[in-house]
Amino acid sequence: MRGGTVNINDIKGKAYDSKLMKRLLGYVKPYKGYIILAILLNIIVSGLGPLRPYLTKIAVDDAIAGSDYNLLLTIVIILISSLLFQAVIQYALTYFTQLMGQKIIYDLRVKIFEHIQRLSLKYFDKTPIGKIVTRVTNDVEALNEMFSSGIIMVFSDVFIILWIFGFMFFMSWELALITLSVLPILFYATFLFRKKVRIAYRQERKFLSALNSYMQEHITGISIVQIFSKEKEEFKKFIGINTNYRNALIRSVFYYATFYPVVEILSSISIALIIWYGGSSVIQEYMTIGVLFAFIQYTEMFFRPIRDLSEKYNIMQTAMAASERIFEVLDEETMILNKKDPLDLKKLSGEVEFKNVTFAYNEGEDVLRNISFNIKPGETVAIVGATGAGKTSIISLLTRFYDIQKGEILVDGINIKDIDKHELRKRISVVLQDVYLFSGDIKSNIGLDSQEISEERIIAAAKIVGADKFISQLPGQYKEEVKEKGATLSVGQKQLISFARALAFDPQILILDEATSSIDTETEMLIKSAIEKLLIGRTSIVIAHRLSTVQNADKIIVMHKGEVREIGSHQELLAKRGIYYKLYQLQYKEQELNTTI
Amino acid sequence: MKSLFTLNKYFARYKFRLLLGIVFILLSNAAQVYIPIILKDSIDSLNENISYEKILEYALTIIVVAILGGFFRFLIRTTIIIVSRKIEYDLRNDLWEHIQKLSTNFFNNNSTGNLMAHATNDISAVRLYIGPAVMYSIDTVTRLIIVIIIMLSLDPILTLYTLIPLPLLSFFVYKLSNKVHSKFTKIQEKFSELTAKAQESFSGIRVIKSYVREQGEINHFTKLSKEYLKRNMDKVRIQAFFMPMLFLITGISSIIVIWVGGTMVIDGQVTLGEIIAFVAYLSLLIWPVISFGWVINIIQQASASMKRLLKIFGEMDDVSDSSNTDLNFNEIEGEIEFRNVSFRYFPESNEILKNISFKIPKGETLAIIGHTGSGKTSVVNLIPRFFKVTSGEILIDGKNVNEIPKEVLRKKIGLVPQETFLFSDTLLNNIGYGLEKVDNDLIEEVSEISQIKKDISTFSKGYDTILGERGITLSGGQKQRTSLARALAINPKILILDDSFSAVDTNTEEEILNNLRNFMKGRTSIIISHRISTVQNADNILVLENGKIAEHGTHSELLKINGIYADLYKKQLLEEELKEIV
Repeated sequence: MRGGTVNINDIKGKAYDSKLMKRLLGYVKPYKGYIILAILLNIIVSGLGPLRPYLTKIAVDDAIAGSDYNLLLTIVIILISSLLFQAVIQYALTYFTQLMGQKIIYDLRVKIFEHIQRLSLKYFDKTPIGKIVTRVTNDVEALNEMFSSGIIMVFSDVFIILWIFGFMFFMSWELALITLSVLPILFYATFLFRKKVRIAYRQERKFLSALNSYMQEHITGISIVQIFSKEKEEFKKFIGINTNYRNALIRSVFYYATFYPVVEILSSISIALIIWYGGSSVIQEYMTIGVLFAFIQYTEMFFRPIRDLSEKYNIMQTAMAASERIFEVLDEETMILNKKDPLDLKKLSGEVEFKNVTFAYNEGEDVLRNISFNIKPGETVAIVGATGAGKTSIISLLTRFYDIQKGEILVDGINIKDIDKHELRKRISVVLQDVYLFSGDIKSNIGLDSQEISEERIIAAAKIVGADKFISQLPGQYKEEVKEKGATLSVGQKQLISFARALAFDPQILILDEATSSIDTETEMLIKSAIEKLLIGRTSIVIAHRLSTVQNADKIIVMHKGEVREIGSHQELLAKRGIYYKLYQLQYKEQELNTTI
Repeated sequence: MKSLFTLNKYFARYKFRLLLGIVFILLSNAAQVYIPIILKDSIDSLNENISYEKILEYALTIIVVAILGGFFRFLIRTTIIIVSRKIEYDLRNDLWEHIQKLSTNFFNNNSTGNLMAHATNDISAVRLYIGPAVMYSIDTVTRLIIVIIIMLSLDPILTLYTLIPLPLLSFFVYKLSNKVHSKFTKIQEKFSELTAKAQESFSGIRVIKSYVREQGEINHFTKLSKEYLKRNMDKVRIQAFFMPMLFLITGISSIIVIWVGGTMVIDGQVTLGEIIAFVAYLSLLIWPVISFGWVINIIQQASASMKRLLKIFGEMDDVSDSSNTDLNFNEIEGEIEFRNVSFRYFPESNEILKNISFKIPKGETLAIIGHTGSGKTSVVNLIPRFFKVTSGEILIDGKNVNEIPKEVLRKKIGLVPQETFLFSDTLLNNIGYGLEKVDNDLIEEVSEISQIKKDISTFSKGYDTILGERGITLSGGQKQRTSLARALAINPKILILDDSFSAVDTNTEEEILNNLRNFMKGRTSIIISHRISTVQNADNILVLENGKIAEHGTHSELLKINGIYADLYKKQLLEEELKEIV
């Protein structure tokens, strides 16, 4: 059954887990006031509804039977006031419980986001972005219903039922018992219905997700379906899956079609019992007609909350499943931690040293082996090597995105593990090959909304790298919206923005991953001069793809298969006729190929 | 509204069941309105010294009538709601059958997510119209008429007073749910923004961490969350009116009955039983009156959804067979010719191919090489008519591809696309995808040629191994080799390999190419690649640059020209040398 992928990721598991619940309630704690208020309002508001049938009893028995117009009017006024009062309180209650729910959700959402932001890159390497996004969005949302209606509504339903029973027993306990005798059947019917519907619902979800994954898969692979001319066969399969789904839906129609009439019949049986027993008592003058009247109204009142209680079960179940996933993220502790009392860097001169560094993303698969080199303050060093030589990993290590397995990385002679990681990163600017632009305007993409970076500094930085020219030609200039991650900007323009970004932060150490992608000669010139300006007066590490950068570097480090193989100046290395010599020729060829276009 | 009329043909299919449903609605309403009359009679008779037997009779009558009413309610749902599920099913089938046929252009313009939303959400919205909306509107109208007639016959004045607030209720439900709906849309917008921000912050985490901007991101996200909370509360403020409004209006109606009716009882104009009957009737009317406002909303949303669906139904397959199709053309030999072919995706977009001409005699191999974006894939996508050429013509065996039946054309082309797509099914079904019947010997043979057989033999379930989420994940190279086997299995006359070895290592590629040499005898083939090693043995090589043919010839001819191809060749030689340094 291809395409009939059954996703067993359905709602299952417990509706109540005391451990999870305890942890969840921790988030309610700040809103204790709301809870107490809600419960108080609930006690009042739930009594007002059941009060009215009792008042109508008085109206029937005393006012109408006693032909007392004034009493009737008084009762009508009380009825109307109780109605208005109830309406107001009900509104307030809904508002406050929803507000509380929303606030808890808000707290939780921000907390999760904050936590995830602080996790190390290792976490992001191993977890798909889509999954992380779901945690802060949909999963948190699933808790909303539980906090805002679930908990409070259960209280409210229970109170209403208690009030109704109270009034009924107060008026006539015999009639109350007889009227309520249908309850066990109602409970049993509800229980049975809930069980059946849950199974049916699970089936429905199962087939729906089969249908969805079929569609997802075949829309994505539509060209394969079409090139092999399999439309007819695929359509047959689709009909099969769609039929399964339809049949599951029809099965649950049957349960609903049975349950609701049964509830109606039960409520009519209650009324029949009232007429039979109550009527007999009225004839014997044990009871008044007003009591019958009130009881008939009560039967209609208590059926709804009992029926609804089962719905709350589903809310809880979904909430439990979501909270489990949320807590899993909150318990995630893949972080690069500062050591206790980390050093607060004052001024960096910018000396960098790698001492026998060995590193692996996954244990046992070394990406860098025994790397050692030294960069003096203000020097420009080019790192060259074929794809997969380990150049990019060096960048991630210096900014301490990952911790190394062996060796030491020193900045100004201090092990970077002893330095506050944020302080360290603030002094190092990294310009990556794939320029990442955020939604927002050009200005915020250069200054990244940092308080420390003024608008003047942003513009100055843009001017220095030569980005100002094209920015001032944009309709919105620095306030121009960056759409869809910069889709409207050219590769070169995006590069210049990222240069301006690096410059605006004025780092002591600059790391530059040069873009390999081909760009037109004019932009090429622009970028070249921008890079030259960037490098002035700071320690720079350039992963070089351009001949010019390599030639002008103070030192060239040649990486090959995770190791440093050659170090020296351009001329020295060329003279060696080793790896660098070949790499140089290769880059020369590449550049030549790009310029022929 | 008009869009919903297109559903009438579906209704017509089930007209008998629907009519039956309407009859059941009438019957169940008849039973339900009878109960208050029994209530009235029994209450009134209590003042007239009746026997216990008579009371018991009243009670039993109520139960019998209720059971009858309930039974008809059951039948209503099992007719009308089931019909709605069946129409939903038909509609979804029709939609899928249609979508499947649409051209590549359509899929490029409509995201998968969007299409999925149409096939699920929009169809659900329409289903609500077909089932509940139709059911409740008929129910409401018939019940209203019957109940009002009975109430009027009991007491016209009291009826008038009682019913005054009810239209207000319909109106409020309609207005409120409309407003709630628009607030809800606003919430959804913010939610998308929130999701987009989370997505961005997590994708851009490297930059964020590099510049120590975590706190800034958190502040931004917090701000959005706050706005989201605000929008939610905007909705709550309106939605919270719902319940109070509901019982306020219905409550006032029953208070009017007590007050006006009570006064009339005292004056001897009506009986107490009649008042009880009125209260009972009111409760019978409340739900239909509420649903009335709700139904109007459903209809509005359903008609918007139907409009979207009709737009998809209205999409034409722009590469389908036409009246020019030569239905007698049912065999392909394999000669391919491009004559001055130019191509752009849309009239306003850039030209992807410019005046391309070449000819591949039957049985020969053409290789295409060039930079990303030079138009290589477009060339091969035009052959099976995934797109139509903008100008010029493509001929197969001297026949314009537009005149060859689509199925004949595609069944004879084995295409291995650049982006490998395999179904989450067994390897056997994936490789045999294009076959009418799976032939094990054939499958083994093509697996051998494409060098996937060895890999498959290491899986414990062999060819029955399931791929994808529920099964194993193949490596990029394994996927490409499976995709190649799939194309070979259909015994194609034309084989197209669109950069199909990019994830396969050079040695394996060499072996595959060796194996293919034999297979390709008598078949025409086109090979797209970045690697010189892949293309150098082709009968003819095209170098594409910006949609134009820059160089063409055999490997040795191209080396002599000493142009782009020769440069690429030298570069790749250097790369090879570098790799060999240990």
